Amino acid sequence: MKITREEVRRVALLARLQLTPEEEELLTGQLDAILSYMETLDRPDTEKVEPLAHAVDLVNAFREDRVVHEPQAEELLANAPAKENSFFKVPKIIE
Amino acid sequence: MSHYALTLHELAAKLSRREISSVEVTESVFGRIAATDERLHSYLALCRESALQEARQADERLKSGGDCPPLTGVPVALKDIFITRNVPTTCASKILGNFVPPYDGTAVRKIKESGAVILGKTNMDEFAMGSSTENSAFVVTRNPWDTERVPGGSSGGSASAVAADQCIAALGTDTGGSIRQPAACCGIVGLKPTYGRVSRYGVIAFASSLDQVGPMTKDVTDCALMLEAVAGKDPCDSTSVDVPVPAYASQLHGGVKGLRLGMPKEYFIPGIQAEVEKSVKDAIRLLEKNGVEVVEVSLPHSEYAVAVYYIIATAEASSNLARYDGMKYGYRAPAKDLTETYMRTRQEGFGPEVKRRIMLGTYALSAGYYDAYYLKAQKVRTLIKRDFEAAFRKCDVIITPTTPTTAFKIGEKTQDPLQMYLSDIFTISVNLAGLPGLSLPCGFDGNGLPIGMQIIGKHFDEATILRVAYAYEQATEWHKRKPKL
Amino acid sequence: MAFEPVIGLEVHAQLLTESKIFCGCSTRFGEAPNHNTCPVCMGFPGVLPVLNKKVVEFAIRAGLATHCEIARYSQWARKNYFYPDLPKGYQISQYELPLCRNGFIEIETGGAKKKIRLTRIHMEEDAGKNIHEARGDFSLVDLNRTGVPLVEIVSEPDMRSAEEASAYLKSLRAILQYLEVCDGNMEEGSFRCDANVSVRPAGSSEFGTKVEIKNMNSFKAVEKAIAHEIERQIATLSEGGKLVQETRLWDAEREVTRSMRSKEAAHDYRYFPDPDLLPLVVDDKWIGEIQASLPELPEARKARFIAEYNLPPYDAELLTSRRDVADYFERAVKTHANPKALSNWVMGDLFRVIKERRLDNALRIADWPVPPEYLAAMVKMIDEGKISGKIAKNVFEQMLERSEPPEKIVRDQGLEQVSDVSGIEKAIAEVLTANAQQAADYRAGNEKIFGFLVGQVMKATRGKANPQVVNEVLKKKLETT
Repeated sequence: MKITREEVRRVALLARLQLTPEEEELLTGQLDAILSYMETLDRPDTEKVEPLAHAVDLVNAFREDRVVHEPQAEELLANAPAKENSFFKVPKIIE
Repeated sequence: MSHYALTLHELAAKLSRREISSVEVTESVFGRIAATDERLHSYLALCRESALQEARQADERLKSGGDCPPLTGVPVALKDIFITRNVPTTCASKILGNFVPPYDGTAVRKIKESGAVILGKTNMDEFAMGSSTENSAFVVTRNPWDTERVPGGSSGGSASAVAADQCIAALGTDTGGSIRQPAACCGIVGLKPTYGRVSRYGVIAFASSLDQVGPMTKDVTDCALMLEAVAGKDPCDSTSVDVPVPAYASQLHGGVKGLRLGMPKEYFIPGIQAEVEKSVKDAIRLLEKNGVEVVEVSLPHSEYAVAVYYIIATAEASSNLARYDGMKYGYRAPAKDLTETYMRTRQEGFGPEVKRRIMLGTYALSAGYYDAYYLKAQKVRTLIKRDFEAAFRKCDVIITPTTPTTAFKIGEKTQDPLQMYLSDIFTISVNLAGLPGLSLPCGFDGNGLPIGMQIIGKHFDEATILRVAYAYEQATEWHKRKPKL
Repeated sequence: MAFEPVIGLEVHAQLLTESKIFCGCSTRFGEAPNHNTCPVCMGFPGVLPVLNKKVVEFAIRAGLATHCEIARYSQWARKNYFYPDLPKGYQISQYELPLCRNGFIEIETGGAKKKIRLTRIHMEEDAGKNIHEARGDFSLVDLNRTGVPLVEIVSEPDMRSAEEASAYLKSLRAILQYLEVCDGNMEEGSFRCDANVSVRPAGSSEFGTKVEIKNMNSFKAVEKAIAHEIERQIATLSEGGKLVQETRLWDAEREVTRSMRSKEAAHDYRYFPDPDLLPLVVDDKWIGEIQASLPELPEARKARFIAEYNLPPYDAELLTSRRDVADYFERAVKTHANPKALSNWVMGDLFRVIKERRLDNALRIADWPVPPEYLAAMVKMIDEGKISGKIAKNVFEQMLERSEPPEKIVRDQGLEQVSDVSGIEKAIAEVLTANAQQAADYRAGNEKIFGFLVGQVMKATRGKANPQVVNEVLKKKLETT
């Protein structure tokens, strides 16, 4: 087994997904199969290989420190599931 | 011939000669959509009113003479992954079911500035995760050549719309084959440009280091014209590259004499549908007759591509999709507290494939697994990129089948995610290496389903790919066949 | 058993750029909720970040000023977690390859100097603000602050007392303010500090259980919270109790730290390189340019003030605690070279006015209540005997009100000190006539009465008489008559 149901539950919490017990079971099996397939990656020798994060070799893209602002608060808030004045309204945050 | 059946370059010529108007052709395309989309479901949303408005403006412009941008009055379709201001953009997900963006993405802005008329938004796999368009939260798109079959994916709606003349041309996106694979399945031309060639700003992100915007068109000339319209450095996308954009369409006619064409031995292996292999090999022979030199090349790490891809793409996706949390926009599930709101919103808002990939990606990045999965995958990605660098020292373009089989049946692979993932086996490496790749029709199988051939080029050498594709297209008739609807 | 506290600090400093780190929105404070926002900083679908070059420049400045190595190659990373003030569901930060590493700053407590090492300085974006409504079952979110650039400055656990922690924080803030990269305002949250505190048996080299303290909004709070936490930990251990690794919040009203309810999910930030941002490459030329543009820093300036102006260390420390004050002082000294007298005026009357008018809230005082040249001219008049120290106080107040040069004020109001003997003799004669009894007492040997007589002369001359001349002439008069 590459992944247990317990781990599936832990990962689902990290990803904020409320899985049903059926989904948990199905995903445990599917992820296990996929992760087993990933084992092929143990074959090539990567000892001295640098990881590749970007497909094209580029460095340094900058913008100048200039304020470019199109006032559009209303438009930006228009999609909010809930709002109050110009705040987003969200379920109470408990610290 | 009906207006809707015109290619982009044919239409542009007629428009500029004022033989037809943009309003006429736009009406004609909407008529075609009305007649066929109940069967195909290519579109998620149509912008009939604004499109006709844009068409009228285009006609004004054409009437006034003077210089008109190259796509003036041409009706195009956009995959619903493109952010369009004031036009609902769902990414075929319930979580964005009611989302109306407050801005236009760069590719959309550019295509509008080129004069195009926006017809509507096409169906896709939810968040571009899929190879069949069956993962749309809303509707399954059908292949115009056989409505029992998938159009490919994830840009299946755009592919189907182009093949069925429901638009003149379309834009799609490609993360692991999402332009090329549906293009092959639907018998059209689809190009994934070099990573960095077209801005990703305003394209809903799936896997940021792999995503790329590209044209889906009726022929190679149209593909060149569409690429010209959207390519170029964008100050809003740090990963877009400042390399001059050639006038692709005017460079198509150079011929292929003297070009070296690489055939990777790892791509012609058992398991490929025999008709697919034969068609691609026939195509290579045809090109050889036209003067290319065929060389065998090796891409030894190809077998790892699917594994590397499904780690990197899902890891990036797990982070890119964290913003869909029910706080600022999109769907919010009713729940008793904050954590439950997050969990239920995402549970109800995302479909099964998206959740599967978020889970896989989250796992691959999580403490204790990062090195074994994500870092390892990034290293093997380096090896895959090096394979291509070595191959391109021996050749100018590489030709492979686009897909191992022609379009499969709806429902055929939905139960086995891994089998579905393997249908991208020939396209994925190209994204991992950041290279440009184009699919064009090179035959039909015994069921009358189109077969696609993939031409892969060097970084930023889309021009050579297009030249080879054009030479092949000129020597064949495949692109002229139309599905019976 | 004796315990030794071990303290490390993590400081978040907002950088004083005009625009945010990854978009063109303003960083200005105090706008209506969600009005300094755009699709990028609100994390809309499809948006991409583009790095503000100034942020890198500012971070390099901070790194160079704190003796850090500047990485020639650094990388952006995503820190993934869910929170309503974090619109993308991840914070763009630096993780494995930060911009600056291995620095130090020097602090001084109780006359002893000590180096505090810096682990790293990295750049990141700030989050928004959650407002927790006391009533109701909801919170409100304002994303104006989202994307304001920060540097996070992480120290090694090198501090051994709350005083050292406070000294470190003050030095660090002064450096950032000198560099003009951060305004250092703790109350408004542009300079924030979390502390990692543990204790261990004196002499031990292993670390004890670490507790993170948050929510300290002033220097006083940092000192008190750390001192309190040290006490709490020692008390717990002394009673045979056990400490747990946790985060505690400082409650400034009750002056205690209290445990935060543990987060529902264990932290696992799943850092990975941000594919939307390119690696950052900094070359020697750029670093050289920034190095050349650095101002003289507080430590160096203090040392120079002691050496060059012969000031006591206390004066030098105070005068160099702010770059603008030190600049002010040096401008004044240039006009009139009496450093100690000028130092007294700056530390006394000028600081009082600055406090009263709350001018020190600004990173740089633009309009001084009294220009340095005026203050210097006034001290010069004292030194030349043109006005007395007492009159000078009056002149200073008038300069505050009228912002006129001291010469003009003195001239217009006839405040010049009278030093000519004949005028003073005349006044003395009058005083002695009016106070014949007191004069006689003095002559009889009651020397204490002398001061009274001087006072009378000063009164008669409305304070303008040169007290030294008055002394001399009066003594002579009393002794010879």
